[in-house]
Amino acid sequence: MANVRIQEGDFDPGAEAEALASGRTDVGAVVSFIGYCRDEGGRLAALELEHYPGMAEEEIARAASEAEARWQLIGATIIHRYGRIAPGERIVLVAVAAEHRGPAFAAAEMLMDYLKTRAPFWKRATRIDGAVEGWVEAKREDDRSAARWRVAD
Amino acid sequence: MSAATEMGMKALYFAWVRERVGRAEEELDLPPTVATVGDLIAWLSERGEGYARAFNKPAAVRVALDRVHSRSDASIAGAKEVAFFPPMTGG
Repeated sequence: MANVRIQEGDFDPGAEAEALASGRTDVGAVVSFIGYCRDEGGRLAALELEHYPGMAEEEIARAASEAEARWQLIGATIIHRYGRIAPGERIVLVAVAAEHRGPAFAAAEMLMDYLKTRAPFWKRATRIDGAVEGWVEAKREDDRSAARWRVAD
Repeated sequence: MSAATEMGMKALYFAWVRERVGRAEEELDLPPTVATVGDLIAWLSERGEGYARAFNKPAAVRVALDRVHSRSDASIAGAKEVAFFPPMTGG
């Protein structure tokens, strides 16, 4: 079972990744991805992340179950923050453990594509001058990236 | 299914859909003619200016029934919670 957490506070990515392999001898690979709040051109004061409590956890858990079954993962930890996040701060962690690196890389990438396009989170940007820039628009390239993982029913 | 005259459902709105509608959630009493997600969007659009603005491009709004992504032709029969929101921008 994947460990899925939706939280306001920060997380320790090193400790989370290490915990997936700690005390085990069957893990050959841990792949972790950390997403950060990125400033573009020094104008961003913060991102405000809104989410759908309940559905966010359930949707991510569904994707994690799919990934676990598809790549025979040994473990997975997914953490997504909400609330106000300043440039340079961590937003999201995906860490997966498997016997081999191939499945671990693939699962981590699929889960990130999934988080971008199907997990119910919405970002709004606030600029340094105090103006609210509005809601971040979804990107077509994220949809295309996520479509790579679709399997025929 | 029993032939209920009205169906109660909790509606949730997120991000710019919430801002345009002007509320985060409400209880809906739906007439039996509202059978699908698409019907529900059309019905909500008639409720006022904010709703009309939120749903003026129905394809731009995503819908979840009982916390599961749903398409506009999905039946709403039996659903307790419906949520409307823009395409997601997490990660």
